[in-house]
Amino acid sequence: MNIYVLVKRTFDTEEKIVVSGGKIQEDGAEFIINPYDEYAIEEAIQVRDAQGGEVTVLTMGGEDAEKQLRTALAMGADKAVLINIEDDVEEMDQFTAAHVISEYLKDKNPDLILAGNVAIDGGSGQVGPRVAESLGINYVTTITNLEINGTTVTIKRDVEGDTEVLETSLPLLVTAQQGLNEPRYPSLPGIMKAKKKPLEEVELDDLDIDEDDVVAKTETIEIYLPPKKEAGKVLEGELADQVKELVHLLHSEAKVV
Amino acid sequence: MSKKVLVLGEAREGALRNVSYEAIAAAKQISSGGEVVSVLLGDSVGELATELGKYGADRVITVEHPHLKQYTSDGYGQALLAVIEQENPDAIVFGHTALGKDLSPKIASKLQIGLVSDVTSIEGEGDSAVFIRPIYSGKAFEKVKVKAGIEFITIRPNNIAPLAKDDSKSAVVSSLSVDITNLRTIIKEVVRKTTEGVDLSEAKVVIAGGRGVKSEEGFAPLKELADVLGGAVGASRGACDADYCDYSLQIGQTGKVVTPDLYIAAGISGAIQHLAGMSNSKIIVAINKDPEANIFKVADYGIVGDLFEVIPMLTEEFKKLKVNA
Ligand SMILES: Cc1cc2nc3c(=O)[nH]c(=O)nc-3n(C[C@H](O)[C@H](O)[C@H](O)COP(=O)(O)OP(=O)(O)OC[C@H]3O[C@@H](n4cnc5c(N)ncnc54)[C@H](O)[C@@H]3O)c2cc1C
Ligand SMILES: Cc1cc2nc3c(=O)[nH]c(=O)nc-3n(C[C@H](O)[C@H](O)[C@H](O)COP(=O)(O)OP(=O)(O)OC[C@H]3O[C@@H](n4cnc5c(N)ncnc54)[C@H](O)[C@@H]3O)c2cc1C
Repeated sequence: MNIYVLVKRTFDTEEKIVVSGGKIQEDGAEFIINPYDEYAIEEAIQVRDAQGGEVTVLTMGGEDAEKQLRTALAMGADKAVLINIEDDVEEMDQFTAAHVISEYLKDKNPDLILAGNVAIDGGSGQVGPRVAESLGINYVTTITNLEINGTTVTIKRDVEGDTEVLETSLPLLVTAQQGLNEPRYPSLPGIMKAKKKPLEEVELDDLDIDEDDVVAKTETIEIYLPPKKEAGKVLEGELADQVKELVHLLHSEAKVV
Repeated sequence: MSKKVLVLGEAREGALRNVSYEAIAAAKQISSGGEVVSVLLGDSVGELATELGKYGADRVITVEHPHLKQYTSDGYGQALLAVIEQENPDAIVFGHTALGKDLSPKIASKLQIGLVSDVTSIEGEGDSAVFIRPIYSGKAFEKVKVKAGIEFITIRPNNIAPLAKDDSKSAVVSSLSVDITNLRTIIKEVVRKTTEGVDLSEAKVVIAGGRGVKSEEGFAPLKELADVLGGAVGASRGACDADYCDYSLQIGQTGKVVTPDLYIAAGISGAIQHLAGMSNSKIIVAINKDPEANIFKVADYGIVGDLFEVIPMLTEEFKKLKVNA
């Protein structure tokens, strides 16, 4: 089976966000594989191990994203592709990302594409379904279970807490929700092997994409931090009185109940 | 310039979801005196149309088809694209719900347009509308404009207030017949886990438990409090990882993002990843044994104590309040 995983490099979830000069500061920040994409990589490896085939991890970004690709290779992916847009694209949005990724994939005939259901930085959840639609293949989002039998695919997906059980077929794109699996940690031999696995780098020119065709459709005009929350009031006294006071405060002062 | 704005109405178990009305309010602002057209898709949705008029929709278009009884991106996609083709809107608004998240990128991709997802507020109106959305899971915000073409946004439930209901208003209702074919997904079954119907992302009150809840049974008092307040139960990843509850309840950077009026965190330490999912709630209450717990830094009110003592007492007090009200 020809399997692709879309992987995004993102800020570590521990990082505090600093804005200066209207931009998010990246200096000194730790970067990780988007947590949802880890589920996607793990699932891809499991499907390959059960069905045979090859797992290619794909990221669009800058040179720095090689580190996350190597981590995915160390987990067990076979090949990696970096679509390096650093020098070509200045302003991008989800349209850009999905367009570039699907241009790369369009002649690769993937049977299965896995992505995260949402990136914890950009947070739109658009890229997976957009890529599937451009490629003309079906997609299922926020999956928690995947079973493949020939070309028939049975999926469980999380729909606002309920579980939907559905059937569809390959080729298919799915996006991973928490609960899909337990992503493995790269093993030491895995890390050693990853150094020798192929990592291909391509640029827009190689994909015959004109920079003008991928100009963002939307524009970020400002980035700012939420107002800092003042520490509130820790109640004191007998517990029973605290509880009474809290109910009173919520009812009469905050007026939320 | 006044605009024509298309809004997707969303029903859940035969009733319109609140976010449908919130989307109308957002559409009104974008339309700047233009027209707001609600769209209802399903196998039998005609009866819901009148409600939309009372909340500000000028027109309602229904598309009814047996294949639209259950949501599939193919079925809903075909129906919506037919409506869009007929109406030629200047803007489109969906809820940022499971359905809206799944469907909106497909439509945007098909139409080759931008999409601003998960909008929590709108500044300005008409041509000068600017959309505000959280990024980095709520650790920052961005203001976004659509450069050209159709303005397509999804709005996060619970953030944009619906217009006041006006019973004297009504919308012009029409239906469009669309041929729905070639569905690539068949829904076999929907296993309901959220029995009480208060959806976590739309709940006005969320009672969340963490590792301090200690067991699956430990969630029972939280559930009782949630029931008294008409709210939903949520959880930290700590509680989910420990198998006290289902991952669908997880709130945080890799879980649901919620913005209720009242968020009560019980036995949750307040890790940065948890805060990302709830820190924009209107009022936060922390109940924790440890006075040093990080959660107190974002809480409006805090009680240092054992949640198994505090929660049942709270439930009793709220019950009294309800009786007296
Ligand atoms: C060099 C650079 C410049 C940028 N400039 C801007 C800018 O000017 N304005 C702006 O608004 N944004 C900018 N971005 C951010 C970018 O537009 C979005 O992050 C991107 O469109 C993905 O959207 P998202 O984060 O909402 O991902 P989502 O749609 O939430 O991601 C869902 C899933 O799609 C896949 N995916 C997403 N992105 C990628 C990717 N890059 N490679 C592989 N798979 C992916 C992953 O599986 C991910 O889990 C820039 C990003 C880069 C790398
Ligand atoms: C990539 C990544 C993503 C993550 N995403 C999320 C996410 O989306 N959501 C999330 O929540 N976490 C997330 N986490 C995990 C996060 O870092 C914390 O580990 C987690 O939130 C801790 O859960 P907790 O507060 O329930 O547990 P703990 O940190 O163990 O806290 C338990 C608290 O309960 C208190 N307590 C104990 N007994 C009682 C009692 N009887 N009465 C009152 N208080 C009591 C203790 O004092 C303590 O403060 C993520 C972590 C990573 C690395």
